Amino acid sequence: MTSTFLPDKRSGPDTAPPAPAGGPAPGRARRRVLHWLTAVSFQVPALALFGLLVLLPMLFALYASFFRWGGFGMPSDSIGADNFTRLFDDPVFLGDLWRCLVLVVFSLALQLPFALAMAVLLNQRLRGRAFYRMLFFAPYILSEVITGILFSMIFAPDDGLADHVLGGVGLDGIGGEWFSDPSTVMATVFLVMMWKYFGFHMMLYLAGLQSIPAELTEAAIVDGAGPWQRFRNVTLPLLAPTLRISVFLSVIGSIQLFDLVWVITAGGPDHHSETMAITMFQYGFKRYQVGYASAISVVIFGISLVFALAYQRFVLRRDLEGATTTMRGGGQ
Amino acid sequence: MTIGQKRRGRSLPLHVVLVAVGAVMGVPLLYAVFSGFKSTDQLSRNPIGLPDPWVSSNYTGILGSGDFWRMLGNSTLIAVGTTVLVVAVSALAAFSFARFAFRGREALFTLFTMGLMFPFAVAVLPLFLLLRSMDLLDNPLGVILPQAAFGLPMTIVILRGFFREIPAELEEAATLDGCGPFGFFWRILLPMARPALGTVSVLAVVGSWNNFLLPLLVFSQPDWWTIPVGVQQFQGQYSSDTARVFAYLVLAMVPALAFYSVAERQLVGGLTAGATKG
Repeated sequence: MTSTFLPDKRSGPDTAPPAPAGGPAPGRARRRVLHWLTAVSFQVPALALFGLLVLLPMLFALYASFFRWGGFGMPSDSIGADNFTRLFDDPVFLGDLWRCLVLVVFSLALQLPFALAMAVLLNQRLRGRAFYRMLFFAPYILSEVITGILFSMIFAPDDGLADHVLGGVGLDGIGGEWFSDPSTVMATVFLVMMWKYFGFHMMLYLAGLQSIPAELTEAAIVDGAGPWQRFRNVTLPLLAPTLRISVFLSVIGSIQLFDLVWVITAGGPDHHSETMAITMFQYGFKRYQVGYASAISVVIFGISLVFALAYQRFVLRRDLEGATTTMRGGGQ
Repeated sequence: MTIGQKRRGRSLPLHVVLVAVGAVMGVPLLYAVFSGFKSTDQLSRNPIGLPDPWVSSNYTGILGSGDFWRMLGNSTLIAVGTTVLVVAVSALAAFSFARFAFRGREALFTLFTMGLMFPFAVAVLPLFLLLRSMDLLDNPLGVILPQAAFGLPMTIVILRGFFREIPAELEEAATLDGCGPFGFFWRILLPMARPALGTVSVLAVVGSWNNFLLPLLVFSQPDWWTIPVGVQQFQGQYSSDTARVFAYLVLAMVPALAFYSVAERQLVGGLTAGATKG
């Protein structure tokens, strides 16, 4: 079908074929160096900015993490890997890891399925769907600070909107301390995260849904598949690449969570909503244990990187293989 | 029973779900708007109902003071500066990645994409120390430069994908007409890439507008505070005057929401492109 030879292109009879590249070997070598220099010169501004303000600070954090250091002058009191061993004995940091895991599980079990359900719903022809899309996505645009303050007032104990609404429908028992009770703070933080971020995942899914060819769904209808079967056997497999990306972004977001929680609770009460980044911030900017804080930075980056590499290796790779293996495997 | 009736009957529960979710999403925002129109006294007596009487002094008071406008100006200046810098620098790099084959290209590109993993909150401590030693504290460049640097990976990834799709024949034609690489980039590629440039610019503006941690650390003086920093400080200062804080929150939301309503297409397109190509 597709011909590679298109004679009716604009090339008139008078355009001579380009002169054969090359010539004598030294000239070619010089030209290659010149070509390389041209290509790299376009990279210089980006490399300078990135090297100075992203790579250098990260390398410096790695260096400083091997010192006991208050953040002034150059680090001199080398203590080997003590900061790292201390980190994994620190109950607050171990708690951070646990809370991170909890948030990841909550996100995967509640937030993303909810976002998917809303995306499927809003992918149909419904009155007002443009409005709902816009409304559900709008919180994503707001800054974490504004969202955080808004909800710290809505969930204000006894006096906030949440308690008034629950009281109004006779559910006073559920309301209460919200962010100031150690047993409810994480659940409340998660509610706010869901309010703010589910719309983003929904938009990703909507973009993915729209790229599914309508013929496939129509073919499934012709074959007598019901709505659930169509979703399970057509939509979901074709949406898998989008889902994997969304899971990835959600996990990385949970690992690096800072602004929202910092504004609402600053990690309290008594560390019960603290995240790794908040612990780092506390040590680095409040207690001036910069060496230790750098070690936390390094560990957060290390966890992100290991997760990213493993995810790419074991999960995202399937996006490439899947296309061939599922074809061969038939309807598994 | 016609198909139309059938569809309407089936879609009723869906509408109920949408209205319920829409209420959960919208009520916090409306609550803030209405609370801003009450006095704090009225807010504690009448937390849920409509304002009675409507008090506009919270809003007018904030709009009448110079502080709010100054922060709006600061946020705008920093967002524009960041965007111009990151888009210009990324476009050059993305052009080189997309249109040249050169030794070390893949390694370099991997280095930049690894930058997607460098989270701001994690790098902020060494970054702060670096800015301090470069004497960039209390200077807008102390926020603009790092924001641009951290925006590079995403911007380069998106622009590279776009530049690649521009047909090679155009470049050959330009070269035959005597265009050097920069001439092609400047006179042909950039004008053609306007939609993609719009998308990455919108992303950069939103990222800069909402950034909190870096301006909080860099600006110790209120003169340079941006909106997120100002909101947090305002809440600390007037925490007992709840209604006024609500008014402030609402006014702080307006620019972002207005920008979203204007640039919705670029924003959503950019986020989905960034996520799938990143």
